[in-house]
Amino acid sequence: MAAAVGRICGARLLKNYGIVTPQVCQLSTGAQGWTRNRKIWLSTLGVVSGGVGALLFALEQSVQASGSEAHPPHQPWSHDGWFKSLDHASVRRGYEVYKQVCKACHSLQYIAFRNLVNVTHTEEEAKAEAADVMIKDGPDEEGNFFERPGKLSDYLPSPYPNENAARAANNGAYPPDLSLIVSGRKGGEDYIFALLTGYMEAPAGVVLREGQNYNPYFPGGAISMAQVLFDEAAEYSDGTVATASQLAKDVSTFLRWCSEPELDERRLMTIKSMGMFTLMAVVAYYFKRHKWSTMKSRKLAYKPVSKK
Amino acid sequence: MSMWASLNRSVFKKTSTFFLAAALGTFFFERSFELASVAIFESLNKGKLWNDIKHKYEH
Ligand code: HEC
Repeated sequence: MAAAVGRICGARLLKNYGIVTPQVCQLSTGAQGWTRNRKIWLSTLGVVSGGVGALLFALEQSVQASGSEAHPPHQPWSHDGWFKSLDHASVRRGYEVYKQVCKACHSLQYIAFRNLVNVTHTEEEAKAEAADVMIKDGPDEEGNFFERPGKLSDYLPSPYPNENAARAANNGAYPPDLSLIVSGRKGGEDYIFALLTGYMEAPAGVVLREGQNYNPYFPGGAISMAQVLFDEAAEYSDGTVATASQLAKDVSTFLRWCSEPELDERRLMTIKSMGMFTLMAVVAYYFKRHKWSTMKSRKLAYKPVSKK
Repeated sequence: MSMWASLNRSVFKKTSTFFLAAALGTFFFERSFELASVAIFESLNKGKLWNDIKHKYEH
């Protein structure tokens, strides 16, 4: 890369132009014409990088079209959009769904109880949530491990001690950790929603093994997780009617928060940076006018030197 | 004398007062910019944020 840049620019980057030339360069719109070599180099570079980009795009598209799984339809998430925050009431309900349903099989090991404070729960409530579970701790003075009620600083406990135990309990399939699942799956929360609500009878010709279910959104179609969300499969503390799609929507929103806890912060940052860049654009515009004012209002007078 | 000219003479000509003005200006700009941005964010997302629902859970 460095060699190519050196080739194109030559020693020009290092040359000493004196004081006047660079200033004149900045003010003038007409540049010195490019040499033939430079033109060839630059157009080759342009064509090659354009071609590589187009090839990558085409490869990506063809992979997308070649799979047998259904593509999840896009849902109108209330956090979709440049300035839209998460719906925290929905995140809270989603936590309730995780706790009552998904927790039986899936860990959420990168979320701690303290993360819930002022996001979905008050500090008191989060402490109570933590105190509800037993956490393995130790070793104590005698070298024994023991169980104690959780604290705010504890991470959510996993349902299985390790992957092998999880596989043994689920027909050999591993229920993945859900902390980063929304970032880790194509389609994000659209995929999670479609997966949870998309179970159906296997079409003729599809053979399912023991413990497998058919879900068109899962790559391959045969998934070892049974349908878990039905109407009233979980209970909401805020009185929302717990239909299957409501449960799926809330748990998907919750998992988006787990993957991107900084989402609200980023949305606020978007607003701030747009404000800041607008101000800076105004300054840059003024500065340009300011610098060009002498150029635009100058007059050149030629005084011929008489021969006599 | 215009306001700009007097400001220029009394504040910006001297390094010490110039930097004082820059520091104070930065402080007040940052505060007002931050508050304005947060106000826009909160009004666009009214009802969805934790601050809007926490009264239900605090006793
Ligand atoms: C009975 C145990 C069980 C419960 C309850 C359960 N799952 Fe699963 N889940 C599994 C297993 C097993 C797999 C692995 C499936 C496979 O790889 O075939 C899985 C896989 C997944 C996947 C990954 C799919 C992929 O693309 O790899 C997601 C996402 C998921 N579950 C979400 C959930 C959510 C959300 C809930 C709660 C509403 C939930 N699960 C409840 C057992 C469970």
